[in-house]
Order: sequence, then C-alpha cells, then structure tokens
Amino acid sequence: MDILTNIAPNVLKYIDQFPKAILDTLIMLALSGIISIFFGLILGVIVVVTRKDGILPNKWVYFILDKIINLFRSIPFIILVPMLAFLSRLIFKTTIGISGAMVPLVVGTIPFVARQMESSMMEIPEGIVEASISMGMSPMQIIFQVYLKENIPGMIRGITITLIALIGQIAIVGAVGAGGLGDMAIRYGQRFMYDITYTVVILILIIISIIQSIGNKLVEKTTH
Amino acid sequence: MIRLEHVTKTFQTKDGDVHAVKDVSLHIKEGQIYGIIGFSGAGKSTLVRCINLLERPEDGKVIFDGKDLLELSDKELRQERQKMGMIFQHFNLMRAKTVYENIALPLRMMKKDKAFIEQKVMELLELIDLVERKDSYPSQLSGGQKQRVAIARALASEPKVLLCDEATSALDPQTTQSILKLIKKVNQEMNLTVVMITHEMLVVKEVCDRVAVMENGRVVEKDDIVPVFVNPIQEITKNFINTTNNSNKINELIKENHPLTQLASNQQLVKLKYSSSNTREALISKISRDYNVDCSIIFGNVEVIKDTPLGTLVTVFTGEDENIRHALDQCKKEGVYVEVMKRGHID
Repeated sequence: MDILTNIAPNVLKYIDQFPKAILDTLIMLALSGIISIFFGLILGVIVVVTRKDGILPNKWVYFILDKIINLFRSIPFIILVPMLAFLSRLIFKTTIGISGAMVPLVVGTIPFVARQMESSMMEIPEGIVEASISMGMSPMQIIFQVYLKENIPGMIRGITITLIALIGQIAIVGAVGAGGLGDMAIRYGQRFMYDITYTVVILILIIISIIQSIGNKLVEKTTH
Repeated sequence: MIRLEHVTKTFQTKDGDVHAVKDVSLHIKEGQIYGIIGFSGAGKSTLVRCINLLERPEDGKVIFDGKDLLELSDKELRQERQKMGMIFQHFNLMRAKTVYENIALPLRMMKKDKAFIEQKVMELLELIDLVERKDSYPSQLSGGQKQRVAIARALASEPKVLLCDEATSALDPQTTQSILKLIKKVNQEMNLTVVMITHEMLVVKEVCDRVAVMENGRVVEKDDIVPVFVNPIQEITKNFINTTNNSNKINELIKENHPLTQLASNQQLVKLKYSSSNTREALISKISRDYNVDCSIIFGNVEVIKDTPLGTLVTVFTGEDENIRHALDQCKKEGVYVEVMKRGHID
C-alpha cells in the first residue's frame, strides 16, 4: 500500500471516481456502438445493393449515400463535436453528459461502420450472389441469406475495429463534458496528476484488449 | 424447352463495346443434353447466363417452357428461375452454411415446410452419395464433392433444366468423369434438360446429344453430336475434335515430312471417318479388291460417342489416280467422310 501511495497518490485519493468513469465509458460505448452498428449496417447494405452491378442498382441513391459517407468520414471527430452541438440540443436539450455525447458519437461512427460492413460484404464472391439469383431468390432474401450471413467473420472484424475506434472518440467527447475515462485522464492530467492519466490509459488498454480478444474469438468461431 | 431467338448481348466497357453474344438462335429440346463449346471469351458463359437472365440480352427472345422470360415481371421471373437449376465452375456454395443447409436453401426460400425439406434434402444427399457429410462446411470438401453438393442444391427445387457453366473445368479428369456420370444420371432418371457450357470437347463427347460451337459471340456450327464428330464443317470445330484424340498428330507428321507420310507418285494419304451405320461392311478390303488399290492403314482410332462407335483411319492408297478416285467415291457413297490429306508428287 505504501508503494502505491508513493507512485500513485492521486489515484488512491480519487479512487472512488473510477467506477463511475469506467461505467460511463462502457455505457457510451454500448449505446453508441449498438446504434451505430445498426444504422451503419443498414447503410452498408444499401450502398452494396444499389451500386452499379448490385442486385438493386440505383445510381442516385448510391451516389448520394456514398458521398455522404465520405463527407462525414472526412470531418475530424474533434470538429464534428461542436458542429453537431445544435443537433444534440435539439434532440436531448443538452450538449453535455452521456446524452450530449451520443449525437456526435453516432453520427461519426455510422459512416465508419457502413464502410466496414460494405467492404466485408464486397468480399463475398460474386458467384455466390449469382448462384442465389439463379435460385430465384428475391433481393430481400439475398440480403438476409447472403450479404448478412456469408461474411460474418469479416463483419465481426469490422465491428471490433469500430468499437476500438469508438473508445478513442469517447475519450474525446469526455474532454467536452461527457464524462467517462477520457474526461478523467484529461481533467486530472491538466492538474499535473499524471498517475491518474496513466492509470486511465492502462484501463483503456485493458478494455481495448478485451474487445479485441472477444472479436478474435468470435471470428475464429464463425469461420468455417 | 428453351428457345433462344436472335439473342444479342453487348457489354459497355471503358475500352468500348464488347459484343459477347451476337444474334444467337438455339433450340434446346426437352430431355436433351445440349453442349455449348468455345474457347474462353467466345461468349458461351454470357449465353448461358442469358438463359436465366443473369444477363439480360438487349435484343432477341429467351423462351422457356413457352414463356418469353424478357416479358416477365421480377416476381414471375424468379418463379421461372426456380425451374432452372444452375451450377458453376467455382461451385458457389454458401460458405457459412453446411452441406445440408446449402441444399435446403432453395426450398426454404420457396417456403416449403420443414418435413418436406428434410425428406427432399436427404433424398438428394443419397443421390450425390454424401449423406455422411451433411453437417460439413463446403471448405471441408473436395472440389468434386462441392460440385456434387452444388448439383443437389440446383436440383432441390425440382427444376426442368440444369444449366452448367464450366461445371467440370476446375476438376481433375477422374472427378470430371464422376460429375458427368451424375449429370447423365439425373438427365435420364428425371428427364432433366441439361445445357452444358465447356471448353473441353471430351466433356461434350462424353455426355452431349447435341452441340453448338461458339466463336466470337456467334454460334458457327450446331448439330447432333455424331454428325459433328464425323463431319465437322468449321475449322474451329475440327480443332476441338482433334483435342479429343491424337489423329491430328498426323498433320504434324505431314508437316515434318516424316518418312511415314512420304508418298510415291501413285500414292495418296487419306483420312476416312465412319460411324457405326457404315462400319459393318468390310469396306477397306472391298474397295481394295473392286478398284485395284492397295490400302495401308498408318493410323487408326475408334471412339464411342453417344453409344455410336466412330472410327478414324489414316490410310495410304496406292494405285492409279483414276482407281483411287473411284475408290474414294465409293467410300463417300457408303457414308464415309473422306479427306485427302496429301498427294504423292510426280517428280
């Protein structure tokens, strides 16, 4: 205990703040992750099926969605946060706390998920889609039986990458008042309590490692 | 069963238009195994894709079972597609589904009830002799096994037609034989019409009733299998037939002026081809006697096509010009295909 008091005095002093910070981070991760994956997946599917040689080609839908995805992917997240403050205020009546963080997190992550899902669906050999069409399957059946099922390992990899990227973004929204681990690291770091900052980094590292190893396990399990 | 009328398909590419299929008309009868052969790029794969409208021809008619497929709505077209099974060079099985699930898929999509699906899938597994692999994933199967599963999947909806796009091209010769046997079996037992796309004349020779030869998007020759083998008209057809036996070796020998093909002035080197209908008479010894020519066979080959033996003899005729001509005329009269390959020079 003495050693800990020496090398990390502030961690001990503020230890009661850690559980809430961890919980906040995990809540933001879970909520924004689930929402972004859901809408990102839908967006990814639409982009895949509406492209020129897709099963429901539609030049305009594809063109517009593709450009929107690129637009939001090209805005740095730290700029996206103030840009979307008005939207947060509109929906949640606040720009701080977990609700305040949801809008930028979700808007920033959906296009990311969409691209990840798009690329994993594009990895499915075209012949498999062709075989499905030749069987007389409808576009909806092909979406659910082929696009959403034939590259699950690739999708899990994409989701793993997404969640890890989200952790970084959650740290950023922490800095603008959303709470969570990032908020702690920055707040106490600015007050020269670096032991807290380092502890937070280690905690984030542990969370990322857990996500990555769960992802790897699931990929292994779903690869046939 | 299938009638293609003036089917034309053009692909727009960056380097201009590619005319993959040009004005092709074919009639594929019920119960037939119809071969479409051509080198890669000849348009044969595009043509077979035009049959179930995986590719939509911009011109012509695709009539299947009395219906013009190009006139149908999406939903009607899907129903017609369920009556046409298709198998591919690279099998295209669902990787995330087991053998059983793959075969069950078309039935599930047709909303058949579970008991029916189970019974049908087990039947098909027995047909392809893979019952014990039903819970394997495609990645755990060999190429031949994968193609068997693909055939079972294609047959699950009880189609009237099986479209085979280079179905044996990724398989070794032995596996090819077993797949062809299976296709022949379902053709006979289920009265299934089969369209086979291939670049291997051996495949055509093995199973097809009729063949169309494609070159540069056009069908350049089409006929029943035996006449095509006995009397091919187009150069490309002859080339394909030559790949199935080594009688073309003789052409090389002639080119090299091999001693075997060096002729005296009263000799001619002749290729004779005959099928079973005209093989019973002792033709060679008969013409030899009747026309006073000597026949020495330097190369002979007999193959069986569609249960019809087809013979090729490369023969040196020795005798008076006049007599040889009469002898060859007699051969032609007997229905033998005659081709004078080389004449002896008068030095």
